[in-house]
Amino acid sequence: MSSTAGLRIVDLRLNVAATGNDIVDDINLKIERGRVLGLVGESGSGKTTVGLAVLSHARRGVEVAHGQIFCGDTEVLGLDNEAKRKIRGGLVSYVPQDPASSLNPALKIGMQLVEVLEAHDFGGSSEARKARIKEMMAEVLLPTDDEYLERYPHQLSGGQQQRVGLAMAFACRPSVIVLDEPTTGLDVSTQEHVLKTIRQLTRDHGVAALYITHDLAVIADLADDVAVMYSGRVVEQGEVTEIFKNPAHPYTRHLVAAAPDIASKKSIVGLAGRAESPGKRPVGCAFAPRCELAEDACRVAFPKMVPVGGRQAAACIKANQKASVAAGWAKTMSTRTLGEPAVELVSVSAGYSGNAVVHDVSLTIRKGECLALVGESGSGKTTVSRAIGGLHREWTGSIRLNGRELKTVARQRAVADRLAIQYVFQNPYGSLNPRRTVGDSIARPLIVDGKSKHDARRVVLDVLDKVSLPGPYANKYPDQLSGGERQRIAIARALVSEPEVLVCDEVTSALDVLVQAAIVDLLGDLRRQLGLAMLFVTHNLPLVRSIADEVAVMSEGRIVEVGMSESVIGDPQQEYTQSLISATPSIERSMR
Amino acid sequence: MKASIFRFVLKRIALGLLTLFIVSLLIFAVTQALPSDPAEAMLGREATPETLEALRADFGLDKPIVVQYGNWLFGILSGDLGTSYATSIPVSEYIGPRVGASFFLLLIAAIGSIPLSIVVGANAALHRDRKFDTASSLISLILAAMPEFVVGTILTIVFSTTIWQLLPAVTYLEVGAPPWSDLQGLTLPVLTLLLAVTPYVARVMRAAMVEVLESDYVEMARLKGMDERTVLWRHAMPNAVGPAFQVIALNLAYLAGGVIIVERLFNFPGIGSALADAVRSRDLPVIQFLALIIAGVYILTNLLADIGTVLVTPRLRTRLK
Repeated sequence: MSSTAGLRIVDLRLNVAATGNDIVDDINLKIERGRVLGLVGESGSGKTTVGLAVLSHARRGVEVAHGQIFCGDTEVLGLDNEAKRKIRGGLVSYVPQDPASSLNPALKIGMQLVEVLEAHDFGGSSEARKARIKEMMAEVLLPTDDEYLERYPHQLSGGQQQRVGLAMAFACRPSVIVLDEPTTGLDVSTQEHVLKTIRQLTRDHGVAALYITHDLAVIADLADDVAVMYSGRVVEQGEVTEIFKNPAHPYTRHLVAAAPDIASKKSIVGLAGRAESPGKRPVGCAFAPRCELAEDACRVAFPKMVPVGGRQAAACIKANQKASVAAGWAKTMSTRTLGEPAVELVSVSAGYSGNAVVHDVSLTIRKGECLALVGESGSGKTTVSRAIGGLHREWTGSIRLNGRELKTVARQRAVADRLAIQYVFQNPYGSLNPRRTVGDSIARPLIVDGKSKHDARRVVLDVLDKVSLPGPYANKYPDQLSGGERQRIAIARALVSEPEVLVCDEVTSALDVLVQAAIVDLLGDLRRQLGLAMLFVTHNLPLVRSIADEVAVMSEGRIVEVGMSESVIGDPQQEYTQSLISATPSIERSMR
Repeated sequence: MKASIFRFVLKRIALGLLTLFIVSLLIFAVTQALPSDPAEAMLGREATPETLEALRADFGLDKPIVVQYGNWLFGILSGDLGTSYATSIPVSEYIGPRVGASFFLLLIAAIGSIPLSIVVGANAALHRDRKFDTASSLISLILAAMPEFVVGTILTIVFSTTIWQLLPAVTYLEVGAPPWSDLQGLTLPVLTLLLAVTPYVARVMRAAMVEVLESDYVEMARLKGMDERTVLWRHAMPNAVGPAFQVIALNLAYLAGGVIIVERLFNFPGIGSALADAVRSRDLPVIQFLALIIAGVYILTNLLADIGTVLVTPRLRTRLK
């Protein structure tokens, strides 16, 4: 085996088995040993399908049409079933996205580790295997004692579970490793440690790593090379610095422009439209319908990869034309006086069945302004927002709306107070009734209020216009809409009661970056046009500068720092905020 | 850990006993409050008011209802189940062997149906949308749609009367004789019960298994190179039997009631036929005790299922304090 032969994917195509439509096509990638290739793309772009193919695995309903994948010198797609089983976890291993659901809840972690070694006859004796497990546990910075190995997955934290996943993946010393969004869902400080471990292990053991993610900042921080996927094809690839400093494909440019960055003062820019699913993709370049540079030639055939310079190449006929996405700049707020308080929280404490999770929180949300409430999972930020919305029962202290004291839960509040504070939930897939047209869902509060169907219809069309959706959308059902469209509907449903305050709870975290940027844009416009007071709850620190004038940082149920976004992010005073910011990966910082 | 499971089991037993007590109140209230008069049912229309009065006094039916309930409950607790009105022999003597016979029938049906339904369900899930799955789904749907007496009748037609004469159509079992003394006669009732329960459990097992086989951890097990046997038995099965336990319990409990029809059909001398006879003759002590036994079976099977589920689910097991 030559020393640099890591992973090589040649002309790979995978189809939907039932229809023969391509899920991914024309995939050509190469990763040398000891290097990390970041495979970036939105959900549905086919990146996980490619990743699983490297393990010669296709999910139900997916089939390999043609292509070859070499792990080292072994071509894996043509192997028989027993040979496939042998290379999985041995020659090539996989780290899944969600460690909580990928570890078997019924088996102890020690068992789940040792069975990989046994399946590949690694170590020879059970003592040797035990020693190997201890070695691995130490490498991923987990306790090595026997008691720890006796634990079940649910007795570990998310970060620990992912470390077990890493230990499992590196256990048999693979040549190739596929990491499928392994840090999504982890807090930034945990993510930082896991990324460090991944970098360490791949370098030390000369592994070729395929790192799948939608998070550009993580790629900038971790990867050596990047491949960008759109609609099942690689549209651009090259070294990290090349791609981020000089993106050549219009889609990559939009992706970079839409990615929030902790170290950047630019505000994010979204893009309308969406990538079509297999079978509905347009002829020619799949990005053409959303591309401002598109011309007739783009719609005839899929563009060939064009070298751009260095190792960089892009699948665009205009790859060498320098065109940039208009980048916005965050407004500086220092010269402007802040609005009047709309909602004031004074010494709010809250808990769940007696266990206090929020302690003595005081905040002000101002008219026409957005306050970002940021914190890691479990910091209590959602509990605070639920208390404001009247969705949480167990809280003490005082919440005032325009100076009036609010009752504890929404049911006790006056109708006007209830209408004045509207809540938009995190998951647009779960918050809309699937059996109602979205128009009916939006109109519901009006009908309850006694409005006639005719009047309600007019208001619905009006709010749909406000969230930039055409009127006929009122007749659609939620499952006919994309994630971004659903979130627009959820916002429209909140706007229909003409609220003064909008509470947005992680409203963009289920969305792809381009869609996220568009929603952030929309929320900013609405806030300015309607003079809304907005509370934007998020774990996504880089997003803060693009959405909010003021930010409050929460940790363990307390506000640790509050101030203007510009100064808190740019020059944090508290140690906790500083550590949070330095743990957050950044494109700009990595490119310096 | 061990102690915590023991405490959990004790708590569930205590709750089960409480449930049984409430059920006993209901049974007594319903049966004793029935507008029918056991004395009248026994003596017929020609009975004089005096003889009726005397018989009622004999049965203790003239006492206040609370006293009657107290006597009954105290009797059961001290092992005295009372005397059958219709046969004038002690209920324990009358019911005892029949309970044994029915219990034997149930046990054989359970021992047969549990592994059968797990194997059928798991295999259907494993070969999803292929021949075995389609065939087993179709057959279980047809069986589930037919009441037991139809299944039993068809079995009788096929195996003992019209087509083949292989097995007896009725059980020739003396009351009190050990139920295994007529194995031939036992075959058709057991088969009927088996066919009544297996489809439901197999379908639930299939659904649970399909879900587990689609899970991330099963995909992960394959991606780390486990062979299919290990994937199925070590990774999938333990996570699928938990939900199946609950349905198995419900079905076994259902059998305790469903056995009535099947016993009737094959003339099997168990609690089913005894209950039917007792209802006809308003034999209150027998009805009450049998109702209590059937309720007891319900409570016991559910208790066992809950404990079983907790034992195979680490997340639940480790939560016990």
